[in-house]
Amino acid sequence: MLHEPAANLGADHASEKKSRLGIVLFIFYFVIYGGFVAIGLTNPDLMGVKLIGGQNLAIIYGFGLILLAIVMGFIYNLICTRMEDKMNN
Amino acid sequence: MIYEVSIFAIIIFLIFVALVLGLSFYFARKTKSAANYYAAGGNIHWGINGIAFAGDYLSAASFLGICGMIAFSGYDGFLYSIGYLAGWVVALFIVAEPLKRLGKYTFTDALDAKFNSKAIKLAASVSTLIVSIFYLIPQMVGAGDLVVPLLGLPHWLGVVIVGSIVITIVATAGMTSTTYVQFIKGGLLVVFSAILTLFILKNGFNLKPHENYHSFLTLTGSFDKDSNLIVSDNSYTYRVMRKADNMTFVKMEHKGIAQWFKLNAADSVLVLEEVLFTTDQKDGVKLYNGEPKSAGRFFQVGHLSKIIVDGKEVEKTGPVGPFKFLKTMGSSQVIRFTKKAFADGDEKITVWFQKKTEGEDIMKPGLLYKLSKKSGATQWNKLNFLSLMLALFFGTSALPHILIRYYTVPSQRAARKSTIVAIAAIGFFYILTLYMGLGAMINGVLDMESSNMSGPLLAKYFGIGIFSIISAIAFATVLGTVSGLIVASSGAIAHDFIDKYLKVEMTEKGKVAAGKYAALGVGLFAIILGILFKGMNVSFLVGLAFAVAASANLPAILFLLFWKKTTAKGIAWSIVVGIVSSIGIILFSPTMYEKYGLLPASAPIPLDNPGIISIPLSVITLIIVSLLTQPKQQTNQAI
Repeated sequence: MLHEPAANLGADHASEKKSRLGIVLFIFYFVIYGGFVAIGLTNPDLMGVKLIGGQNLAIIYGFGLILLAIVMGFIYNLICTRMEDKMNN
Repeated sequence: MIYEVSIFAIIIFLIFVALVLGLSFYFARKTKSAANYYAAGGNIHWGINGIAFAGDYLSAASFLGICGMIAFSGYDGFLYSIGYLAGWVVALFIVAEPLKRLGKYTFTDALDAKFNSKAIKLAASVSTLIVSIFYLIPQMVGAGDLVVPLLGLPHWLGVVIVGSIVITIVATAGMTSTTYVQFIKGGLLVVFSAILTLFILKNGFNLKPHENYHSFLTLTGSFDKDSNLIVSDNSYTYRVMRKADNMTFVKMEHKGIAQWFKLNAADSVLVLEEVLFTTDQKDGVKLYNGEPKSAGRFFQVGHLSKIIVDGKEVEKTGPVGPFKFLKTMGSSQVIRFTKKAFADGDEKITVWFQKKTEGEDIMKPGLLYKLSKKSGATQWNKLNFLSLMLALFFGTSALPHILIRYYTVPSQRAARKSTIVAIAAIGFFYILTLYMGLGAMINGVLDMESSNMSGPLLAKYFGIGIFSIISAIAFATVLGTVSGLIVASSGAIAHDFIDKYLKVEMTEKGKVAAGKYAALGVGLFAIILGILFKGMNVSFLVGLAFAVAASANLPAILFLLFWKKTTAKGIAWSIVVGIVSSIGIILFSPTMYEKYGLLPASAPIPLDNPGIISIPLSVITLIIVSLLTQPKQQTNQAI
């Protein structure tokens, strides 16, 4: 029994499309995350510049990265679920 | 630091432990098969699994380590929050579903699903074991730190208690009980952190954090013609002067007790500022501010020296909103305490002196990771920062105890949904870490000897009730994470190595027994390491575990999923190179040199975070070895 998967999965016709979508979203996030790191490396003083409501770039970018991950997660799930429902039924 | 033991805290703590153990024994009766032991039968609901993911992930490092790092170094600690969460993006978009399709019980199964290669089995199981152990060290250190104030026990005993409870949990029930423990704990941690944050906002800012806050002395003085220091207050007698780097510290005697001051020259007047200090005497006795620990003279510190609200200086603010809190923090001024050690004859003196830090510097990176030219940043400093951010981003999806959680849910869709629940819960928590860390920084609660205790000590400031609950949750956090790691390690030993690699014939019952013995072995090893690494910031240690995971495991996973020419040997060698290079760099890093008792500056590799070198090395190895070992007929297909 150890040679079987822990749970049996049916065929998933949407997997290729989902994986392509995953890569696109990943690259998008990676670029934005990379931007944060790049500012830290090349122009750290920029992080202290006040932008909106007295908050500096470090806070807005940092919170933004966290919130963006959550929002993108929900969007990804929504699209994937639609793809699965459409292609597997 | 002297901590008072509270009966209420002990009762809450015992209830928690009893609950966790009870749950384990309940599920133990249901664990009969290997599928149940390693993967909870693949039947956990995605919502529960998602919060359990959060429970797994929000380990001692997140709650204790990040809060502590923010409390001591401001925004730089928050970098860990950002990186830890960003890592989930890799997990969700790239790894979760394909791995669920490939896997059975362990990370090794997934990697090996295509090749059935002995080399992969060996390399992957060794890597799982090493990463788990690296991750276990900080959990154990955190556990030890926690029991000191909670139960008034020594650090080592805390480590032993956690180790023993966890071994019991894992050895009885495996993944099912671990999942439910993580679910309860993950949920409670997020809820109570939110409550603690509300307390912080309601409390607002105050120049005097509490009634008993120690006000640090400032004396003035001058040198007489024999170069003796004469101070304005003649109850203080000058004893000796010591230099450490470019700073001068002065020992004075007051009512028969030694006291150290930092000497600052302002114009023609000498200003002496009281410092916090410990004295390691030759006979092994340690004094706190010149007196035994029980005298309670090692004060909790950290306060504001200036509060500026909308351009006006005030003494206190009253309740503030979440945005106003950050804004006010950015325009105010904080007294942080910086550590320096030097010798005074036979005695080792460690001082923590006051350092005025502008709020705007606290609210951006740079206090811990030197980045700007102004602060004297070198290329190595910058590389260290880049290396950390890289390891955090790529490390999450390669952590064995996170990977095995994908096998506990019934479908790919469930794996995906539980990842999203995890991201939302974890993201919310990480935003709270900034408030909790800053709250600890300004409310006079910090124990300079243990940054890890900042979060729980902040809770204590708001009352013994919330302190007890938060500490018990933090303790359960350690228990849960350690359980998950031990399940992952025992899987690596018993399932991947003994069963699959050595092909030892075992009955189903024998396999579960092998897993339990392996859990016992790893647990004992973790206890020893937890005692040895006392005193290090747990988040820093976890950063290292991430670097090893990102170097050893992630290239293997990504190339297996996305590069058709990947071969078994390429995977096995990249894992080996990833482990060896990352651990090699860590062993020769400045932080480890300090741990060995050598000069950090003499470390051959001036990097604390190995990712920037070891991740590319592992990738290059995978590509080269794969290209050299291509099968004659191209039979590999992308998945």
